[in-house]
Amino acid sequence: MPAQDVRELRIVGFLCNWCSYGGADTAGVSRFTQPTDLRVIRVPCSGRIDPLFIVRSLMNGADGVLVSGCHPRDCHYAEGNFYARRRLEMLKRFLPITGIDARRFEYTWVSASEGQRWQHVVTEFTRRIHELGPAPTFNPASEADWNTLAVQAGQGQTCPCHG
Amino acid sequence: MRIGVFICHCGSNIAGTVDCPSVAATALTYPDVVFSTDTMYACSEPGQDAIIQAIKDKNLDGVVVASCTPRMHEPTFRRTVERAGLNRYMFEMANIREHVSWIGKSKDLNTGKAAELVRMAVEKLRRDKPLIPKRFETVKRVLVIGGGVAGIQAALDCADGGQEVIMVEREQTIGGKMAKLDKTFPTVDCSSCVLGPKMVDIAQHPNITLYACSEIEAVGGYVGNFQITIRKKATYVNWKDCTGCGLCVEKCPSRKLPDKFNENLCNAPSINIPFPQAIPKKAAINAESCIMLTKGKCGLCAKVCPVKCIDFEQKDELINVDVGAIVVATGYDLFDWHKYPQYGEGRYPDVITSMQYERMLSASGPSGGHVKRPSDGKEPKNVVFIQCVGSRDKSVDRPYCSGFCCMYTAKQTILTKDHIPDSQSYVFYMDIRSPGKLYDEFVRRAMEEYGAQYVRGRVAMIYPKGDKLIVRGADTLAGTQVEVPADLVVLAVGAESAKGAVQLGEKLRVAPDQYGFFVESHPKLKPVETNTAGVFLAGACQGPKDIPASVSQGSAAASKVLGLLSKKELESDPAVSRVNPARCVGCGKCIQTCPFGAIKEVQDRFGNPKAEVIDTVCQGCGICTVTCPQGAIQLEHFTDNQILAEVNALCPPKMFANYE
Repeated sequence: MPAQDVRELRIVGFLCNWCSYGGADTAGVSRFTQPTDLRVIRVPCSGRIDPLFIVRSLMNGADGVLVSGCHPRDCHYAEGNFYARRRLEMLKRFLPITGIDARRFEYTWVSASEGQRWQHVVTEFTRRIHELGPAPTFNPASEADWNTLAVQAGQGQTCPCHG
Repeated sequence: MRIGVFICHCGSNIAGTVDCPSVAATALTYPDVVFSTDTMYACSEPGQDAIIQAIKDKNLDGVVVASCTPRMHEPTFRRTVERAGLNRYMFEMANIREHVSWIGKSKDLNTGKAAELVRMAVEKLRRDKPLIPKRFETVKRVLVIGGGVAGIQAALDCADGGQEVIMVEREQTIGGKMAKLDKTFPTVDCSSCVLGPKMVDIAQHPNITLYACSEIEAVGGYVGNFQITIRKKATYVNWKDCTGCGLCVEKCPSRKLPDKFNENLCNAPSINIPFPQAIPKKAAINAESCIMLTKGKCGLCAKVCPVKCIDFEQKDELINVDVGAIVVATGYDLFDWHKYPQYGEGRYPDVITSMQYERMLSASGPSGGHVKRPSDGKEPKNVVFIQCVGSRDKSVDRPYCSGFCCMYTAKQTILTKDHIPDSQSYVFYMDIRSPGKLYDEFVRRAMEEYGAQYVRGRVAMIYPKGDKLIVRGADTLAGTQVEVPADLVVLAVGAESAKGAVQLGEKLRVAPDQYGFFVESHPKLKPVETNTAGVFLAGACQGPKDIPASVSQGSAAASKVLGLLSKKELESDPAVSRVNPARCVGCGKCIQTCPFGAIKEVQDRFGNPKAEVIDTVCQGCGICTVTCPQGAIQLEHFTDNQILAEVNALCPPKMFANYE
């Protein structure tokens, strides 16, 4: 697994309690080896995931964000994942506008019995993030530097983090 | 806040690939953590006692346990902290077993990940509030979906336990697959003699209401208070008056459609009663073939009916009932063997399924219990049984073992010898799977006393030769190819999930697995519960099962229902949404979004509209929290601040140190 040979990257996962968290548990119980980069935040339902959480993770320097819920029509709360699907699809299209590479964010559906699928999803997403490399950082030394950069950006000069 | 952290070794399950003492030491550096230790088994009695002792000694007001998945032991540890006098919601779990030690190989990386997961849990706990559950009353009524042997057992046990039972059956009669069987293994006793009295009990029990020819249209509500809509399909016979005399069945001139109850071995009249012991014993018209309903003339049944109960104008009827708990017992269907080219894909009439053979053997079947070849009606002498048709075969996406085919094939070889003493049975098998009381002895009897020839190997092809079918296959024990001239070939078809099970699962919010069988809450410890509280599983809808296992599960589901409804009131989960009236602008978006109708509009003392959550109805999904443009409605225990705190624990804000 090449992902494990190199430095870990920061991948945040938001998983619904009933399907995908259970699927990740099933993968664990079945000892399906996965890259260890992912850190899972448990939420009751994918409909509980505010796009804000994802944007905040990416703004704070996460290299990737993975969201997973119940398969459409299978939501434990009847329709939560339909709301999630709309919100997350909108977010995905909106991310490039904010200057964040949309490939750093993915959403998928994994049921509680799909341990193998979870292993596949995590491995593939981790591989993708490692191919993209660490997220570009934006680390002005002081507030004054930040202001200079903001002025430059306002004048149409290229932003330092996105070339 | 004073937080205690406990890192569980879980024997070597976690400690094998995570350096637990080091994680405990790291945890001590986290904010508000005043105590941190590692423990061998946190969930054991000494482990729990140590947590209680630490809460008392160190004056803790919150606990983090890093161990297995919260889906397993969160309730256990909540009770532990409650026994120590804390509120049970002042507790968080970090999953360092399923999500760390069991999936990662590197001890260093695992240890680092475990420490971070603990940090997330600590940050969430720092923002937890004590929550107090509300109580609500339950409806003392049970819905049993499916009238096979598992559903019958569950319904009778619930009814005997004093609960009112509504049974819904899709077909015209209850009894399910068992009613079609001639005999049962390993006792070879008559199936309908065993099942018949139980079916009659369903019809006569004062606590049971049976809706046959009915399906579940919609399911609403939650544990203790489900609202069910049942669609009672039009039978074109007024069942209140029908006496089940069968005159109409005799006179019906239309016999075009195959008889489903008899596995399509013969045709059924358009108005029919499936079999003599049917419950309810009422006639029903098949609208597809009835001459009156398709062409508008005939009406012979209406003329001969002595009680005038035929009603060609009848429409589907919707019935609403409230129930407190649901037992799903929708059973299984048989694999469609036509996918296999080697068995002729249906070209040879003398290749039949085991269930068709069962109907042939049955005295109430179409041939009155005489085994006859479908092609020419002759009595077969050589009968070949082929096992694992649609079981243990990845090529048709059925890798699982159906479990009961080995046994019923052995039974059928015995019955074949009983019916035709000069016959010879051959069985092509992969392995004999006969675990169960008296099961293996039974298979040996079939071989030794009844002379069934067992050939270990698969069948490559079946082809006709004269009036016989030649079955060519391998004998892997002898290492040769064999050819058996057969008069009749019986395919031991496996079980698959019932048609419509997945759609029903969507209504009930019970997830199916990849083959369409419903998933239980825990494969070992919660075999009849589902992840939806108040919905229980019985029988083969959860996985292939034989009759004893189905009956046991029916009783198990009933005991769960009785346990649930024996409480006067249930406690609701207090992790529900709550509105901050100061922030709420009364836009009503949450009211529209809530899938459970748990939010209502109220007015504050100035007459402004505000949202209000009905605690006992809210299921705690948090969809409203994301919908609210004001952040005014927050799901307790999963507030925006708590989740953002977890995000920040993982990804510390970078822009400015004072960003937060």
